[in-house]
Amino acid sequence: MSDILLEVKDLKQHFPIRTGFFKKTPLKAVDGVSFTIGKGETLGLVGESGCGKTTVGRSILRLYEPTAGQVFFDGEEVTGHNIQAMRKKMQMVFQDPYSSLDPRMTVEDIIGEPLDVHNLYSNKKERREKILELMNYVGLNSEHATRYAHEFSGGQRQRIGIARALAVDPQFIVCDEPVSALDVSIQAQVINMFEELQEKLGVAYLFIAHDLLVVHHISKRIAVMYLGKIVELADADELNENPLHPYTQSLLSAVPIPDPDIARSRQRIVLEGDVPSPLHMPSGCPFRTRCQYATEQCALECPTLTDRGNGHLSACFNR
Amino acid sequence: MNTNENKMPKKSLLSAQIDLSKFEKATDEEKAQQDVMSESTTFFRDGMKRLFRNPLAVMSIALLGVILVLIIVAPMIIPYGYEEIIKVDGKRDRGAQNLAPFEYSELEQQYMEKTGEKLFPHILGTDELCRDYFVRVIYGTRVSLTIGLFASIIVLIIGLIYGSISGYLGGKADLVMMRIVDIIYSLPDMLIIILLSVVLNERLVFKPGTLLANLGTNMISIFIVFGLLYWVSMARLIRGQILSIKENEYVLAARSIGAKPARIIRKHIIPNCLSVIIISVALQIPSAIFTESYLSFVGLGVKAPMPSLGSLANAARDGIMSYPHKLIFPAIMICVIVLSLNLLGDGLRDAFDPKLKR
Ligand SMILES: Nc1ncnc2c1ncn2[C@@H]1O[C@H](COP(=O)(O)OP(=O)(O)OP(=O)(O)O)[C@@H](O)[C@H]1O
Ligand code: SF4
Ligand SMILES: [Mg+2]
Repeated sequence: MSDILLEVKDLKQHFPIRTGFFKKTPLKAVDGVSFTIGKGETLGLVGESGCGKTTVGRSILRLYEPTAGQVFFDGEEVTGHNIQAMRKKMQMVFQDPYSSLDPRMTVEDIIGEPLDVHNLYSNKKERREKILELMNYVGLNSEHATRYAHEFSGGQRQRIGIARALAVDPQFIVCDEPVSALDVSIQAQVINMFEELQEKLGVAYLFIAHDLLVVHHISKRIAVMYLGKIVELADADELNENPLHPYTQSLLSAVPIPDPDIARSRQRIVLEGDVPSPLHMPSGCPFRTRCQYATEQCALECPTLTDRGNGHLSACFNR
Repeated sequence: MNTNENKMPKKSLLSAQIDLSKFEKATDEEKAQQDVMSESTTFFRDGMKRLFRNPLAVMSIALLGVILVLIIVAPMIIPYGYEEIIKVDGKRDRGAQNLAPFEYSELEQQYMEKTGEKLFPHILGTDELCRDYFVRVIYGTRVSLTIGLFASIIVLIIGLIYGSISGYLGGKADLVMMRIVDIIYSLPDMLIIILLSVVLNERLVFKPGTLLANLGTNMISIFIVFGLLYWVSMARLIRGQILSIKENEYVLAARSIGAKPARIIRKHIIPNCLSVIIISVALQIPSAIFTESYLSFVGLGVKAPMPSLGSLANAARDGIMSYPHKLIFPAIMICVIVLSLNLLGDGLRDAFDPKLKR
C-alpha cells in the first residue's frame, strides 16, 4: 500500500514520575498505540481528558523521545537524525491558542519562523509574500501582520497557529484539539477551514478532539483512546452506527441526538467511577473497572486490537 | 452615484439618519491601499518607540543625559582639580577653607582686584581642605556612576550566564547550581564585603600607570565584591524566568518547527525575560551606588583623595550644622540618579511588555 503516509507501530511513551523519596514509577501516558494514516486522509482521535492524545501527537513529532515503538513517514522511519528534515513534512497545531504563540512576536514573525528556520526564501520580499499568502489562506487580514498575537481573539490565534503549521507546506499535520478552546460558532468556522485546506493542499490530519461529533464531522476513520491505548478504530460512520467496544458505546450514548425518536429509543449508558490514574493501571483490560460486561478473563489478560470485519478494530473479549 | 442617491429615502431635516451620498464606494485602488501591510518593525524598535512616548521615562533619560554631559564636560572647563588645594598666584590659599557657594577667599579677592582678572567661581564653595567642592561632587558622581554601571554589568553577565544554563538544563545540574547559589546567598553579605575589601586592599597592587592602577585598588575590589556576591539574586531571577518560559507551548511549537536550542533561547526565551532583565539591571545600578556609599561611609570605599558621592556625604557629616550644603549636594545627586534610573527601569519594562501596549 503506497498511499499510506504515516504508520505508527506500537508507540509507547512512559514518563518517570517521582512517587516516593527514591522511587520512580513510569506513567504510561501512551502504551502501545498503532495506526496508519493515508495520504490526504483524516484520522480522528478521541478520548477523555488525560488519556494521552496530546502525548501521541507529540511523540510522533518527536517532541518527546518515545520510550518504544516506531513511526514511519512515507516509508521512512522517523529518528533523531532525520527529524529536522521531517519537520518540514510534519507539523502540529497546538491545543491552547493562547500559550502556543510567543507574546513577543508579531504575527508576521510567528508565521515566518518556519520559513526562517528552513531557509525557505531568498529575500525579504519573498518572505513577506509567502507570509501574506499564508495569512490569506487561513482567512487573516493582511493588515494584521505587524500586530502581536495577544491582540487577537482565540479563533484568530488558532488561525495564526495553522498558518505557521502550513508555512513549510507539510503533508501531515497533527491537530491537537484545535477547536476545543474556541466558542461553538467559531469552532465550525475553523473546522470548515481545516476541510477546505485539506481539499486545496491535500494534507493529511491526525485530528485530536474529545468531542465525538466534531471528529465524526471531519474524519474518515476514528480511533478511540482510553488510558493510553486505542480501544476501537473504525470508519467514522461504521463507528457511529455500530460501536463495538463498551467504552465507545458509552461515549456515543452521551452524544446528543437531534431526532427525539431515536434519542428516546437509545439507551443511555452512564459510566460509573472515575478514570483510573495512569500511574495505577488496572490489570488486564484498562476499561474493566468501569465496564458493565467485565468478566474474570478481563482482569487477567489485556485484550488486543483485532479486526472484526471491514477494517473495524476493537479491543474487547466480550463484544 | 446618481442612481444611489435616487434610491435614498427622503431625509427629513432633523433626522439623524446618515446621508449615504457622503459615503462613496472605495475604488479598487483604495482597497488595495488598505491591503498593504503597515511597516514591519522589530521588537526592539517598537519598544523604543513606546519608551519615548512615556513622559517620565523621557524625563529621566534627559536628566541622566544632563548628568552625563556634566560629569564629562565640567572637569574640562573648571580649572580646579578634585585633589588640588586652591592656589592663588602659585601660592597655597589657606584662607579658602569651607567657603560658601560662589564665595571668594580674601586672597582671591585681593588677587582679582590687583590684576582685574576674574577667577573661576567656586560654584559649591570649598571643603575643609580648601578643595573646590563642585569639582569633587562631579568626580564623585563620575566614580559612583562608574561603579554602579560596571558592577551591574558584572552582575548581569555572571547572573545571566549562570541562570540561563541552570534554567535551560534543569534537572540535576540545576539542583547543584542552585544549591551553590543558596550557600552564597546565605552568607552575611556586609560582613563578607568588609572582609573582602580589607583583604583585597592589601593584596591588590598594580603597576603604576596601567589602567587597573588608574582605576584604583578600592574600585577594583568593589567590582570583585559585586562579582562574587551580588550575581546570585540575578541568577535566581533569570533561572526562574527561564524555567517558567520553557514550559510555554510556544517553546514546544518552536521546537516542532525545527528551531535549534540557540535560536529558541535567542528568539523566544531572552525576549520574554528581557523586561525583567532590564528592570533589574536598572535597579542594580542604584543598589551598587548605595553599597559603594555604604562602604565609603565605613571607610572601605574608594580611597581619598578620590571622592565618591558616599564618601563626600560621609565627610560632610562633621560640619553638618555649619555647612549643610556639603551634605545636601551629594545627597541630591544620589537621589536624582537613583530616581531617574528607577523611573527609566519602569518605563523600559512597560515599553517592552507588549501586553501593556496601547
Ligand atoms: N511531560 C510529561 N511528564 C509527565 N507526565 C505527563 C507529561 N505529559 C503528559 N503527561 C501525563 O500523561 C497523561 C496524558 O496526557 P495528555 O496531555 O496526552 O492527555 P490528553 O489526552 O491530551 O488530555 P487533554 O484532553 O486534557 O488534552 C496525563 O496523565 C498527563 O498527566
Ligand atoms: S475486555 Fe472486558 S473489561 Fe475490557 S471492555 Fe471488553 S468486556 Fe469490558
Ligand atoms: Mg491534550
